[in-house]
Amino acid sequence: MTNDLSRKDKTLGEALRSQGISRRSFLKFCAATASMMALPPSMIPTIANALEKARRPSVIWLSFQECTGCTESLTRAHTATIESLIFDSISLDYHHTLQAASGHAAEAAREAAMEENDGKYLLVVDGSIPLGNPGYSTIAGISNYDMLIDTAKGAAAIITVGTCAAFGGIPHARPNPTGAVSVSDIIKDKPIINVPGCPPIPVVITGVLTHFLTFGAIPELDHLGRPKTFYGQSIHDRCYRRPFYDKGLFAETFDDEGAKAGWCLYKLGCKGPTTYNACATTKWNGGVSFPIEAGHPCLGCSEPDFWDGGGFYKAISIPTENITKTTIYAAAAGVAAGVAIGATGRMKKASANKSHQKVTIDDLKK
Amino acid sequence: MSEIELLNWARGPGFQIASVIFVAGILIRLVEILMLGRKANLAEAKGSAMSSGLRTIITRTVPDASTYKRSVFTVTSGYVFHIGLFITIFLYAPHILLFKDVLGFGWPALPTSVIDATAVVTIISLVAVLVHRLKDPVKRFLSTFDDYLGWFVTILPLVTGYIAFHRIGMPAPSLIAIHILSVELLMIVFPFTKLMHAFTLFLARYYNGAISGYRGVQS
Repeated sequence: MTNDLSRKDKTLGEALRSQGISRRSFLKFCAATASMMALPPSMIPTIANALEKARRPSVIWLSFQECTGCTESLTRAHTATIESLIFDSISLDYHHTLQAASGHAAEAAREAAMEENDGKYLLVVDGSIPLGNPGYSTIAGISNYDMLIDTAKGAAAIITVGTCAAFGGIPHARPNPTGAVSVSDIIKDKPIINVPGCPPIPVVITGVLTHFLTFGAIPELDHLGRPKTFYGQSIHDRCYRRPFYDKGLFAETFDDEGAKAGWCLYKLGCKGPTTYNACATTKWNGGVSFPIEAGHPCLGCSEPDFWDGGGFYKAISIPTENITKTTIYAAAAGVAAGVAIGATGRMKKASANKSHQKVTIDDLKK
Repeated sequence: MSEIELLNWARGPGFQIASVIFVAGILIRLVEILMLGRKANLAEAKGSAMSSGLRTIITRTVPDASTYKRSVFTVTSGYVFHIGLFITIFLYAPHILLFKDVLGFGWPALPTSVIDATAVVTIISLVAVLVHRLKDPVKRFLSTFDDYLGWFVTILPLVTGYIAFHRIGMPAPSLIAIHILSVELLMIVFPFTKLMHAFTLFLARYYNGAISGYRGVQS
């Protein structure tokens, strides 16, 4: 079975069938994917056909400054989902967290895959790249920067998985001690699909892969390089708690009556209004729930600099800095300046009065 | 700069800069006015300056009948947009959160739909006063750059806020950032234009009432 699975020329359809996935559940997956990507039902056979015949593309997965949460998100599903099988059915030739090989053997696998599939392989990156000092993060003695430059050269496209790779993420947060940057800050000449999230929704990762396999092209992206099908709408616009926002009904604390009644979490710092992701529609854990449904405000993790928004529990309308302190100093300075200007005015007036000379009859006679 | 970076800047350093200019600017001007002082009035007082002054602060809030008859539009539209501004600025839940963060206390909000409708009415009345200002030859003659600037920086946060609330045309973080930046522009311009009347009007009314009271005449 293992040998069978790793056969490089095997199509995706063959791989799925060999794992006991029925035609019916395969088509159901294709239908779900079509609707998720807002494609008409007439596209389902096209997707099925394309996936059926797709050769397992070679995928090289590079992990830089990251926490492995993105990989966990994708692989640690409660049950083996069809998405994870699709994922199994790509030829994941290099992923140093998942692969058995390590050190030079692992690097040899990466180099072999690059050579064999030059110009055709998909490069998946999670984690940010430190520019401060190459020694901050290395793999087999190779700096993240060098490995990215080297591996990106022969890639057909790059998928950045997670906010760190897409926008710099947590390592990029102030004061950014490692000088962390995103993939798109470095690579300018390859198509890059950003799949941000901390971590991204597993089905979004597989959805993007499916799109690439089906159409052989990258999906339509927004101005931040995110696929519009998944990042086209904000959490706020699709949130089931939105009617409470519109009515002005807010939970004030995590355990008040409003929280129990499921009211809007805006006052508790929800970043749903400024966050574009599919959580409110696709949801997590096989469509069970998403953070807001569990009673926690959205952190805005699929947006750049979500770590620097002044705190997760600070509402969007609240300033990120301490304005009370600022205004007290400003008020003191204002009063002092006002007194100084007023005093100068008084002194001027006094000296003008002093130097004032009365006009006498004699003056007029002159 | 991504829109979230812009939003973070507007919520952070941008708001800090605007707050410093707003607060310091207002206090500089108020202290300067108060330090001008008045010459001692040597005439015998014919009534109470203070009671007349305090009364005038309230009485001048209501227009007298003849003024109202003469300028129905000016008075009515003036009331509409001032009350509208008060409601949209001070009774919208997200705004109250900001005041609570800065002042340490908050107050109850109005339902969002009421704020939404009020914003529309306020925008319409502000547009109407501008049209009236441009059409009326006397008003146009008396208008300076200061008047138009004051009008512009007042209507801008209303319009950007309305668009941000309805999330029209741009990603939401940009819309909210633009709204906050427009408020910051208002705060920076505020102390140095006629908008300063929001803080000087009570002072002026009191003074007008007080001099009349001292002389024993009706203010």
